[in-house]
Amino acid sequence: MRLKLLAAALAASISAPAYATDIEVTHWWTSGGEAAAVKVFADAFDATGNKWVDGAIAGGGGTARPVIISRIIGGEPMGATMLNHGRQAEELVEAGLMLDLTEIATKEGWRDIVHPVSLLDSCTVDGKIYCVPVNIHSWQWLWLSHKAYKDAGVDVPKNWDEFVAAAPALEKAGIVPLAMGQQAWQTNGAFSVLTVGLGGQDLWTKINVDKDAAAAAGPEMARVFEAYGNARNLSKGSTVSDWNQATNMVITGKAGGQIMGDWAQGEFQVAGQVAGVDYTCLPGLGIQEIISTGGDAFYFPKTDDAEKTKAQLEMASMMLSKEVQVAFNLKKGSLPVRGDVDLAAANDCMKKGLAILASGKILPDGNQVLSADTQGQLEDLFVEFWNDTKITPEAAQANFAKIIGDAD
Amino acid sequence: MDTYKRPSQLFRNMSAKIASIPMVMTALVIFVGCTVWTITYSFTGSRLLPKLKWVGMKQYDRLFDTNRWVISIDNIIIYGICSLILSLTIGFILAALLDRKIRFENTFRSIFLYPFALSFIVTGLVWQWILNPQFGIQHVVREAGFLSFSFAPLQSNEYVIFGVLIAGIWQGSGLIMALMLAGLRGIDEDIWKATRIDGIPLWKTYIVVIIPMMRPVFVTALVLIASGIVRVYDLIVAQTNGGPGISSEVPAKYVYDKMFLSQNLGQGFAASTVMLLTVLVILIPWAYLEFGGRKQNG
Repeated sequence: MRLKLLAAALAASISAPAYATDIEVTHWWTSGGEAAAVKVFADAFDATGNKWVDGAIAGGGGTARPVIISRIIGGEPMGATMLNHGRQAEELVEAGLMLDLTEIATKEGWRDIVHPVSLLDSCTVDGKIYCVPVNIHSWQWLWLSHKAYKDAGVDVPKNWDEFVAAAPALEKAGIVPLAMGQQAWQTNGAFSVLTVGLGGQDLWTKINVDKDAAAAAGPEMARVFEAYGNARNLSKGSTVSDWNQATNMVITGKAGGQIMGDWAQGEFQVAGQVAGVDYTCLPGLGIQEIISTGGDAFYFPKTDDAEKTKAQLEMASMMLSKEVQVAFNLKKGSLPVRGDVDLAAANDCMKKGLAILASGKILPDGNQVLSADTQGQLEDLFVEFWNDTKITPEAAQANFAKIIGDAD
Repeated sequence: MDTYKRPSQLFRNMSAKIASIPMVMTALVIFVGCTVWTITYSFTGSRLLPKLKWVGMKQYDRLFDTNRWVISIDNIIIYGICSLILSLTIGFILAALLDRKIRFENTFRSIFLYPFALSFIVTGLVWQWILNPQFGIQHVVREAGFLSFSFAPLQSNEYVIFGVLIAGIWQGSGLIMALMLAGLRGIDEDIWKATRIDGIPLWKTYIVVIIPMMRPVFVTALVLIASGIVRVYDLIVAQTNGGPGISSEVPAKYVYDKMFLSQNLGQGFAASTVMLLTVLVILIPWAYLEFGGRKQNG
């Protein structure tokens, strides 16, 4: 009898008044601007009567992703989690671990409001929608320091070719022409930017989407590799590791330029610099104004709790609402996923991005078309190439073609 | 009398056997079971989730075709051999010096052992700063007037693994010293007296008499160092994160990165299977010689 009582008490304490509408949200947005952006989401979600329980994981995607994925696989899922949409969560969706958002998406007409619609395609598996895209980040930007070019006594370049031509003058003045952080994802990203800028959209698509090994080994790609090898020489003396340290070299005029995604402009803003006056941004290296439209998305792991599911759907709907999209993206420095909102407060570089977005010259992001495995192989290849000048562009291209050929 | 049965062998020392069941189960399920599971799945094309989709030796082909893995193996061999020799030598020399009844022995012992109290992460960061050309040793020496002095192993593709080695030795040799010192203290005072009477020089006493007597201590030290070498991971992550480029990558980091960052379990399992096999290939003959041989003699 006593045992029964004890068991009952135990059971009661386990299933004790759970706050069904508490939703724990994991993400890796921990820098100043990012945290401010998360707060926009949290406040908006709390306003719906639910409670946003913040589960920020410091250390960037590389640290956070394994934690998030092992929690979901291990049967201890959070209420919602950020991931880069695309293929990172592919298998989790296929294994039926994620909540199907198709119903609410059809009701609210996501397919009509999300622009570009490819963002929603990346959330779609077998015709069903499993994630909410929240912002657009693009890689294809060349950031240039006005101070560095003034010190060297040359004009600020207007495209990649002028940038390369101006490099000797910078070197003479003791300025590193190209700042590059030594982390693998940065060298890999820069390569992709060069492919789009110098090779064009078709070549990029052929290689990254169609996985065409012949194109990857071809003469057009050889030109890109040559330019990439040249860029490697231009970055001699840039030994920093993190991307924001490299951006800082551009801000302080110690380096001429940096190839980095649009998140770099947060750093310029924090340093009090003004686009067009202190720095210039060139989308698509100033040659082809194309941007990729990767970004962040939220996934909702499946639960048996109906209350929780309801709150998850409310959160999904909140994230795509007009007001939240504007407030969030202004803080984050990214572009909104809705084409129908007004971003009057955006700065020059963001406006350039918006204009390109509106004109439709867009690409999917590397994370959307390549698996994490292929991305990892490419990162290894490019970071090794970048740090070992004994490796020739030809040798790197041969390896590159092999990786693309094996990719699925 | 006929009804009496000898208790079966199985039930002798029953309590001892029952007591050891948990450990036996742990060993079987966790060590053997998980190892078999890992090896099995290394022949599959598992990505994020383990799936029984057979691909034969494909994961292994790719593994040895991958530059990063080959570099990792080279690095662990260099790191392993150097750290084995240097840790043992430095540890023994420090212990021998401390054993000469010097003053402030306690203080020195604490100083030498202190690095061992730090985690590999802290060690890695500290040495990253010390070896940083802008703030560390190179800077100090240049400030002192030697302007052409250059010492930046962590920035060099060829020497980075030695920069890691310095940190590893600094961290690990204190423990080896403590072990050796305990071993030296266990040597009977009469032995020293005897060698002195025979007029054997000090260095010869150490090499010919003392070291052979300390064989068990050396074996313990060897096992400790070797297990440290195979699992070196955190030191690399903290100090170089595999860089510059991929020139200080190690196998354990390859396994982690492939399994959790690249979402390719099959590849990670194949790499860890190769690591296990390598360890076994070295361990089994050695264990046989060390432990198996003695039984026949005695």
